[in-house]
Amino acid sequence: MNSKTLFDKIWDSHVVKSIEDGPDVLYIDRHYIHEVTSPQAFNGLKERSIPVFRPGKTLATADHNIPTRNQHLQIKDQLSRNQVERLSENCQKYGIELFGLNDPKNGIVHVIGPELGYTLPGMTIVCGDSHTSTHGAFGTIAFGIGTSEVEMVLATQCILQPKPKRMRITLDGKLHKGVTSKDIIMFIISRISASGATGYFVEYCGSAIRSLSMEGRMTICNMSIEMGARGGLIAPDETTFEYLKKLPSIPGIDDLEASVNKWKNLHSDTDAVFDKELKFDAASIKPMITYGTNPGMGMAIDDTIPLSDDNGNKASSSFLKSLDYMGFKPGMKLLGHPIDYVFIGSCTNGRIEDFRAFAQIIKGRRKAENVTALIVPGSKKVEDQMVAEGLTELYKNAGFEVRQPGCSSCLAMNEDKIPLGKYAVSTSNRNFEGRQGPGARTLLASPLSAAAAAITGKISDPRDFMTEEEKVKI
Amino acid sequence: MPKVKFDILESTCVPLPFENVDTDQIIPARFLSATSRQGFGDNLFRDWRYTKSGEKNTDFILNDPHFNGKVLVAGKNFGSGSSREHAVWAIFDYGFRAVVSSFFADIFMGNALNNGLLPIVISEVLLKKLLDLIQKDPGTKVKIDLEKQIFTILSTGDSVKFNINPYKKECLLKGLDDIDFLLSIKGLITSYENNKIQVK
Repeated sequence: MNSKTLFDKIWDSHVVKSIEDGPDVLYIDRHYIHEVTSPQAFNGLKERSIPVFRPGKTLATADHNIPTRNQHLQIKDQLSRNQVERLSENCQKYGIELFGLNDPKNGIVHVIGPELGYTLPGMTIVCGDSHTSTHGAFGTIAFGIGTSEVEMVLATQCILQPKPKRMRITLDGKLHKGVTSKDIIMFIISRISASGATGYFVEYCGSAIRSLSMEGRMTICNMSIEMGARGGLIAPDETTFEYLKKLPSIPGIDDLEASVNKWKNLHSDTDAVFDKELKFDAASIKPMITYGTNPGMGMAIDDTIPLSDDNGNKASSSFLKSLDYMGFKPGMKLLGHPIDYVFIGSCTNGRIEDFRAFAQIIKGRRKAENVTALIVPGSKKVEDQMVAEGLTELYKNAGFEVRQPGCSSCLAMNEDKIPLGKYAVSTSNRNFEGRQGPGARTLLASPLSAAAAAITGKISDPRDFMTEEEKVKI
Repeated sequence: MPKVKFDILESTCVPLPFENVDTDQIIPARFLSATSRQGFGDNLFRDWRYTKSGEKNTDFILNDPHFNGKVLVAGKNFGSGSSREHAVWAIFDYGFRAVVSSFFADIFMGNALNNGLLPIVISEVLLKKLLDLIQKDPGTKVKIDLEKQIFTILSTGDSVKFNINPYKKECLLKGLDDIDFLLSIKGLITSYENNKIQVK
């Protein structure tokens, strides 16, 4: 009778108060902020003349609106500069730790949180950014919030939140060679659509999920929002604990072994009931690519574009409008289609394993002449690691320039925009119209597929560029 | 957060018959550099409203003088994608007070309710009917009664009850604010913190 899902266990232990017929008052353990969605929240505190309630539980970084070249110079765009400066002022005024531009710990909020040991199992984590779901990889309840809610957390360390329903997605079976965690999540979204998990919090289970590294799990949880889910989480296990044990330090934890023993209880009870259950076979997944303007419009890279939308409607105005924007037609094959840009980076695929995967294919090869590549590490630490492992040199020898960290072309707030009508194979998370710049045409894919496109100048199957031995490593 | 009261609204509508209208369409990221909440309405649906050269796109519905009103009627999964509250500020700043669809993305729904923009979910069938009616007659009016939770198409008399969280309804009717409420229970929050630390 008392069986609970992992989601329920964490949620219920964070409820300060339940409002009858209303939302729960949920206590937040960790709050991440960045320059774009926080200034209006700080304005609200100022208008009310109230302090930040628990400044030690909020951490800040500048990532969305910063350049990826010459970060030591003043930011050229005045509005962007103002926003980044405002973040520094607010953090100083309210006593919040900031990993700002040029700080050796700076980076994309969802990359630095885990790598600095601030994201820990069992926590509730929020940030004014929908990809906060990334942190669910550690067995946390982590989700994106709006600026009004950022203000609530700053003011009271709580938010008002209706409890979502529970969904379990189980992925068993053996993954094929050359299939990455990016392909897994793109496959799931293509099956259930960009709104298929709206109203739910997802727990990912199964042997194929268990086999993934922490970075792979972060990629999966990161894109939970792209199927509408409030968030996604994976129960912590030895892989999680090993990752945490290897970190140089974990702020606030003195006895890691004791904490690990406690975290071992963080799993759904065997007879816990979910509101919805979905099961997929890992062996049926191939490298994926999107063909439309939402992440649900994805297919195997060697497949053809469907003839109709999800409901079988050939004349759907949304479906046709989307293909028209992309310059594609129903039934078209995408392999061999020329591309113009490649972007590797973002909170989805901007970690060291992603750059290693990309390197595996470009090693000993050259960037295609027709391709402009944006290679953007997710953090300073990733950037440093790339240098240390010789990846930066390897990229350079293959004709690629490695930029400085930031969100960059994922949302194109800075100058890293894809021009009108150009095709970009991108390891980011959204292929919305204009997401990477006005008129830009985004094709979401894994770092391996991005690498294959970068060296051929066209949409290519990454498996064609891997030896049998290399495929095993991925 | 602004304190906005919502009671009864009677208005013509602007139709946007597309599915999955994401927050990047509502307000593209390159317009998110402001540090206040005001002025986002100018760039609402920016890349649909204006051509690449900055001219008004006369094909887009917001530029068609026949269609106006305080109610936006849109296809399913409206507001998907980024958590940017700027999307709601842009819609509100432009002059809309309610958005009607068969399905909203979660974060958008929460953001709307926190800013006095009422999201109303109606069935796919009624949504299609409403979109067709507005296309045929831009003068088609709807009435939204929040107190009674009734949505009515005035010309046809189609009337349905819509759902809203009772707490949020109360907030909207009275112009109350979540932060006022949370501040009022700070003692409870502190005792939660103390108990939680003891458990550890």
